[in-house]
Amino acid sequence: MKDRLRRTMMFVPGNNPSMMADAYLYGPDSIMLDLEDSVTMAEKDAARLLVHNALKTIDYGNTEMVVRINPLNTPYGKKDVEAVVSAGVNVIRMPKTETAEEVKELEAEIIKVEERLGCVGRTQIMAAIESALGVINAYAIATASKRMMGIALGAEDYTASLKTPRTNEGTELLMARQTIVVASRAAGINCFDTVYSNLNDMDAFRREVEAIKALGFDGKSIINPRQIEVVNEVFAPKQKDIDKALAVVAAIKEAQAKGSGVISLNGKMVDKPVVIRAEHTIELAIASGILREEDL
Amino acid sequence: MELKTAQAGTLESGDIVIELAPATGAGIEIELNSTVAYQFGEQIKKVITETLQGLDITAAHVTATDKGALDCTIKARTTAAAVRATGKDVWM
Repeated sequence: MKDRLRRTMMFVPGNNPSMMADAYLYGPDSIMLDLEDSVTMAEKDAARLLVHNALKTIDYGNTEMVVRINPLNTPYGKKDVEAVVSAGVNVIRMPKTETAEEVKELEAEIIKVEERLGCVGRTQIMAAIESALGVINAYAIATASKRMMGIALGAEDYTASLKTPRTNEGTELLMARQTIVVASRAAGINCFDTVYSNLNDMDAFRREVEAIKALGFDGKSIINPRQIEVVNEVFAPKQKDIDKALAVVAAIKEAQAKGSGVISLNGKMVDKPVVIRAEHTIELAIASGILREEDL
Repeated sequence: MELKTAQAGTLESGDIVIELAPATGAGIEIELNSTVAYQFGEQIKKVITETLQGLDITAAHVTATDKGALDCTIKARTTAAAVRATGKDVWM
């Protein structure tokens, strides 16, 4: 599950049954049901029950199901863990993660529930990094547990911690974004960019998606189904890249059949990193509907 | 089990408001308002009753205002109302 495609992670408030039931129809790669900021204190108990029952009942198909829980140091966090692990969630998203110890603490809570259920090891973790301290500790957080699936930037709290406003240009986020990409790659896990909240400026949204793709992010957190198409378009590979990728994969298959590990294609050496990039391009092309698996 | 009056849910589309109060007679009485009652009324009442019985509540007066909720939502809202009415959390 760690290697699946995750271009879009759509935030859905955990106390809104209608949105929770319909979210997968729009085709996001992952759905993140939120028990934290979008749920008022008075409704934490009801939202937890709603998310638990939705996860157990609604057929979300191949969509990856993520739940953002409340921090463990609140009265809600541990109950959230019990509710979502016992409902078979794929990934728990930790908010406001600042240290590796916090990830280990969450893992211990997950293990308690999994041991009781008899399914130790099935729940993955992702951490949202939303403060200066979190960015400084990004690699330690990314490697704190074998369950780590990814790390994500949460820009609103992060810019608040920097004492600077958020801008469309994103200058204030550059160091955090690059740190998160590098830390996730070093750890061998995924990385996700922050949300873009202004739904009336789709051009600025597209520019932001192009910029974060160029930085190396696997995908973006989104808040509205309208944003899915833009992200998928930006992440879709160009035809010339697909042609090149298909040629690389064909050449490597031919070389393997002959018992050779290294090949050359059009006079250039094709080695492992080139093959990995080509496979990723093909995977994206299939997900984007440009290629069909049966055509390979 | 002793009940206080408590409610959970909203009147948004796809949701249901469940209000629990002490029973006026014996057993679970359900007063249902739903635009789909002619089609799903029995099913809605069945989910509410089974959810309450699963929580050891055998007598209560329930007022349910349904806006087209799925069974999992009816179960979640009934459970939330029961947690609030009894003070007994299902995640304790």
